Amino acid sequence: MSGVRLLVGTRKGAFILTSDGTRDDWDVQGPLFAGWELYHLNGSPADPDRLYASQSTGWHGQVVQRSDDGGKTWEPVGNEFTYDGVPGTHQWYDGTQHPWEFARVWHLEPSLTDPDTVFAGVEDAALFRSTDGGQTWQELSGLRDHPTGEQWQPGAGGLCLHSILIHPDDPQRMVVAISAAGVFRTDDGGETWRPINRGLRSRELPDEEREVGHCVHRIAMNPARPDVLFMQKHWHVMRSDDGGESWDKVSGNLPSDFGFPIAVHAHEPDTVYVVPIESDSEHVPPEGKLRVYRSRTGGNEWEALTNGLPQEHCYVNVLRDAMSVDSLDPGGVYFGTTGGQVYASSDGGDGWTAIVHDLPAVLSIEAQTLA
Amino acid sequence: MIRVVLPQHLRTLAGVDGEVSLDLQDRATQRSVLDALEAEYPVLRGTIRDHGTAKRRDFIRYFACGQDITLEPADELLPEEVAAGAEVFRVVAAMAGG
Repeated sequence: MSGVRLLVGTRKGAFILTSDGTRDDWDVQGPLFAGWELYHLNGSPADPDRLYASQSTGWHGQVVQRSDDGGKTWEPVGNEFTYDGVPGTHQWYDGTQHPWEFARVWHLEPSLTDPDTVFAGVEDAALFRSTDGGQTWQELSGLRDHPTGEQWQPGAGGLCLHSILIHPDDPQRMVVAISAAGVFRTDDGGETWRPINRGLRSRELPDEEREVGHCVHRIAMNPARPDVLFMQKHWHVMRSDDGGESWDKVSGNLPSDFGFPIAVHAHEPDTVYVVPIESDSEHVPPEGKLRVYRSRTGGNEWEALTNGLPQEHCYVNVLRDAMSVDSLDPGGVYFGTTGGQVYASSDGGDGWTAIVHDLPAVLSIEAQTLA
Repeated sequence: MIRVVLPQHLRTLAGVDGEVSLDLQDRATQRSVLDALEAEYPVLRGTIRDHGTAKRRDFIRYFACGQDITLEPADELLPEEVAAGAEVFRVVAAMAGG
């Protein structure tokens, strides 16, 4: 029987929420790795019982955990992320140069075809790959070695590589996003990279249309139409129809186009979800109303989804990796908040239910659709 | 035999209860104890000292015989009582965070 497994990373551990295909009743497992920050957990599309988790604390640094049985048991694997060669420097907040220093893994993206191959997006921004199930990690240093690398500057959350999109038909092509550098693409399996930020405008920059320096918060795509990319930027919701070669603003009638997550419906490539928040300094929903906005036209025209969501006195945020979709029919949408709620919709966003109310602040959610 | 007490998160990670006992081939120093600890429990590599540089992580401290010995040279001999196993070598997670 089909079902859904939600992998939830929080400030104080991980939780696994499971349901059958009705998505009415949920089993809650956790906290796993209690007390640690779980920036992200993700499952292999090739073997859904192969899971990877990024576990860290300020005291003890980075640990990577792996499960081969869908999260019932876990085993620590390799946690050595060493930059290739002499790491050099990137720009610091004050404009001075700062040595590249590994802080943590923000995002884990398993290969579409090989459970033992997994990519890790890290802070300070770099992309690593493991081909032995997480035991060892090698940097794909062509990204960080790009001539613009020394100009990259951290966003408020750090210089983090947070989004990794693998082209479903051409595994040589990947797109990654870095806050606050922008979007980069490889067409040769990660050897060489180029910035793809044409059309982005960031009024915080002296040159608004600079090649790099844009604070991209999240990118997403529907695998059935992989050349169409959607982006939630610091400000602005953007869309590309040509694999990132150029971007257009599709914020349309959103009440605010500042936000962190963005997701695309699993079956409807033009159906996109965002969660607007007030501004760069007020990371809270406008008017205290938690509203997911859905576009069914690939942007520009947005409708507020409110059924089941708090519509007064709500001042939580939804972080960049904390929204996900399943591929059941009708499609499910999930998001977690900094207030510890995990909301689920089993009808594409028309209605929402809180699966849990009181987890630690939610950092990430991945929805696995189980056969 | 050297007795080592780990902070809670590292006991969980290493899968141990209570103290850890280590047989040292070398003289008992911070470095030799931590080298032996990481050899016995490879999962602890990178969680007390950084990979590569072996630099102590910022929020880790070392105690022995009631004294904070964190800033002592890594190759300085530990107190006799620790070397003899009468007292423990403590790896402490600093009071920080939330």
